[in-house]
Amino acid sequence: MKEINEEWPIFEVFIRSKNGLEHRHAGSLHAADSTMAMENARDVYTRRQEGVSIWVVESKHITASNPTEAGEMFEPAKDKVYRHPTFYELPIELKHI
Amino acid sequence: MSKEVNLEEQFQARIDAGERIEPKDWMPERYRKTHIRQISQHAHSEVVGMLPEGNWITRAPSLRRKVGLLAKVQDEAGHGLYLYSAAETLGISRDQMEEQLLSGKAKYSSIFNYPTLSWADIGAIGWLVDGAAIINQVMLTRTSYGPYARAMVRICKEESFHQRQGYEIMLGLCQGSREQKEMAQDALNRFWWPSLMMFGPRDHESPNTEQSVRWKIKRKTNDELRQQFVDITVPQADYLGLKMPDPDLKWNEERGHYDFGEINWDEFWQVVKGNGPCNKERIAARQAARDNGEWVREAAIAHAKKKRQSLDKSA
Repeated sequence: MKEINEEWPIFEVFIRSKNGLEHRHAGSLHAADSTMAMENARDVYTRRQEGVSIWVVESKHITASNPTEAGEMFEPAKDKVYRHPTFYELPIELKHI
Repeated sequence: MSKEVNLEEQFQARIDAGERIEPKDWMPERYRKTHIRQISQHAHSEVVGMLPEGNWITRAPSLRRKVGLLAKVQDEAGHGLYLYSAAETLGISRDQMEEQLLSGKAKYSSIFNYPTLSWADIGAIGWLVDGAAIINQVMLTRTSYGPYARAMVRICKEESFHQRQGYEIMLGLCQGSREQKEMAQDALNRFWWPSLMMFGPRDHESPNTEQSVRWKIKRKTNDELRQQFVDITVPQADYLGLKMPDPDLKWNEERGHYDFGEINWDEFWQVVKGNGPCNKERIAARQAARDNGEWVREAAIAHAKKKRQSLDKSA
């Protein structure tokens, strides 16, 4: 009996839509290696000139935060209003500040 | 047990508040399973949907028609891939999904089990089948599962040309010779009812609908979507000068909708169960694609490994 076929690994695809903008996550795909991932990303995600630059990275290399720990992770920033400019009270007649 | 119930309540509260669910979030097992079933079925439909149209690429009547059809079929391959990726975020592998398609465990849209007998069928498919799909897919851009909704946004953006492409073919035929117009009418006659069936069973015979609406997987019922499609499409047929193959079809002033005849549900269930005109042919084509591509997939893996090894050595 034939052993179970090995699946091609999953890659995440990031696309810069035009010069001056950042790369954004577009989706994922399977490929044997990064060269093929790049070729597939071009065909799958940029058929209508959606990008000027592509990054591909194997999904297993991404470390993601855990949604069940989102509280501990992000809530500490919630009560720190003094990190925003509107926290500081200045007279309205003051200009350029 | 009570903890589980509590989690389910919290989950429902998130859904009710209009929040999106993301892959690593807690979700009820049935929500996960329903999505795997629905998204993979949707992906299979895109992929199998390439077959009836691929049948006409080499015989398209002009270069303009050929590039249009080719681009449409390419899009469908892409749409299948977006959807497979979305389903994979729920913990099923691409191979498992393909296995379920080939074994008949997973279904795909029944419409693709009908043959494309003439060039006019390509027009009818773009106009009616893509038209029906768009109505469903526009609703799904707001579905509760994030990866599915995002795939739908991308798909809807690309799909609007598909329907226009189809309608333009129909328009060309209807403005042509008598024979051409007859071809268009014949294609409409054959594809109209199966297109209506695409929305699935009547609401009272669709056991999944209620739960799907509660989870905001669906935001409208099968019957609501079907009515929307009929209301949009009838005037488009009138414009072509074609006659809908339904003697009961008429405008209902009171309802503000078209009334239409009873769908042949026996036919629908027969095709779902595998007894449509092309079910066997479609699965055989997918099986052949899998078998014939096997050596390529293996060679690509072997090549990638070898390349990695030589990189490691030189490092």
